[in-house]
Amino acid sequence: MKYLYFPGCSLKSTGRAYEESLLESFAALGSPLSELEDWNCCGATAYMAVSELKAFALCARNFALAEQQCQQEKECHLVVPCAACYLGLIKAQKYMEEHPKIRGKVQKGLDVAGLKYEGHAFVRHPLDVLLKDIGEENIASKCVRPLKGLRVACYYGCQLVRPYALFDDAYAPSTMDTLLRALGAETVDWPLKTRCCGGSLTGTIQDVGLRLSQVLLTEAIKRGANVVATACPLCQFNLECYHSQMAKRFHEAVDIPVVYFSQLLGLALGVTPRRLGLDRLFVPLDFKATAPAEEVGAHV
Amino acid sequence: MNVSNEKDWRGWRKIHYEADLDPHFAGEIASIPGGDKMYGCIQCGTCSGMCPLSPYMDYTPRRIMAMIRAGLKGEVMTSYTTWLCASCYSCTVECPREIPITDIMYAAKRMAIRTGAFPKRFPTPVLAEEFFKSVERHGRSSEGRLLIRFFLRTNPLKMLKQAGLGWKLFRRGRMSLKQETVEHSSELRQIMQALEHEHMIDSKTAERGTR
Repeated sequence: MKYLYFPGCSLKSTGRAYEESLLESFAALGSPLSELEDWNCCGATAYMAVSELKAFALCARNFALAEQQCQQEKECHLVVPCAACYLGLIKAQKYMEEHPKIRGKVQKGLDVAGLKYEGHAFVRHPLDVLLKDIGEENIASKCVRPLKGLRVACYYGCQLVRPYALFDDAYAPSTMDTLLRALGAETVDWPLKTRCCGGSLTGTIQDVGLRLSQVLLTEAIKRGANVVATACPLCQFNLECYHSQMAKRFHEAVDIPVVYFSQLLGLALGVTPRRLGLDRLFVPLDFKATAPAEEVGAHV
Repeated sequence: MNVSNEKDWRGWRKIHYEADLDPHFAGEIASIPGGDKMYGCIQCGTCSGMCPLSPYMDYTPRRIMAMIRAGLKGEVMTSYTTWLCASCYSCTVECPREIPITDIMYAAKRMAIRTGAFPKRFPTPVLAEEFFKSVERHGRSSEGRLLIRFFLRTNPLKMLKQAGLGWKLFRRGRMSLKQETVEHSSELRQIMQALEHEHMIDSKTAERGTR
């Protein structure tokens, strides 16, 4: 099956490592992703605060392009790694499905550009595709470098499972835990899996945003994790890039590496750390813990 | 006191007379899809309890729900609560009356931006506006440029404080000042122009929803 891939703005800048590791991992699993041509912003959170209808129109254009670009396929699957894009696209689809009036208005806009929204594309998160389509056993069988020694706090964030929870539970999601355990990692029991990291507040109102992220990190450390895995570019940024500011403000060191789950997946599948964007991290991941004895040094 | 001028809400007196309440406010907010469930709010406070941001808000989500129903439009429009909502949907998922609280927050944000009543120097609405403008013009957001414009409008001094972080990101290839854009940006602009005067819900529907 062909998967179209919708990167979104963050995966082209601050979240580049997410894109790199995801493309490498999917290629290694034999299901390469091809980028949706001429995609535009999904109209996420901040945009929806100004105009919801235009946000839906932005999504509809992406859908129309996707439907055009996978005409030869039986089904159109759009893989969306960013949690905000994922929710934005699904929300637009639901609203247009349930409210023909909204759909009519959006289509009127698309008509100007000669595009048509059919509404038969499936929005999928990579975790969903990995576990449902590719399969846990299949992935485990391709694991060449088990993630021994990693105790991972899996952080799902909010918008991946709320409000719709299409592939995982809204209260206690487990897909990332299942995936990483299949690859040999240990996952810690962590009740803050879906608690908000502060989103864009970390940049806008730091007094509040930093606190929210800091709470997550200290709890992960307290629970014995030695790495936090995320599935959203903004969560990863918030949890990783403000360690020194948090330490200054809250007088407690939180130096724990924060990676994308796809980087750990790639490592286990034998992709070199550099190609997974691991050199872009602020707090380096200890590779030795993840490599079998004879390979130590080869990839560092 | 000029009640009709929406800009005068800020710093208004603390006592409310029934005549001050806006009888159309609740209806306008409730006109969003699923919004009329708001009338079923039992004021249980689950939303405020679940909200990770309620300790920082001037009015908790539960109070905002009651204030919207009462018609305290000025207070809701100028409150920081909606702009502290990070849209994590905890309240929406937990609400026993299935009220789409996050979407109601969005509706209030949009109304505040449309009427210009939002707290002017508060950073979040500024970020929303700048993000909107950039995407409307280019179809994609350029994070580096967005942040610069954001700091220029809110607190240029803060930009200097963030310079270290910016440099660290830049060195790791995670930040650039390049303008990202879609190939067919004129096509996208045409779509947006066609929707310029449209709203998700027609204002007639909004009036009908008034109670």
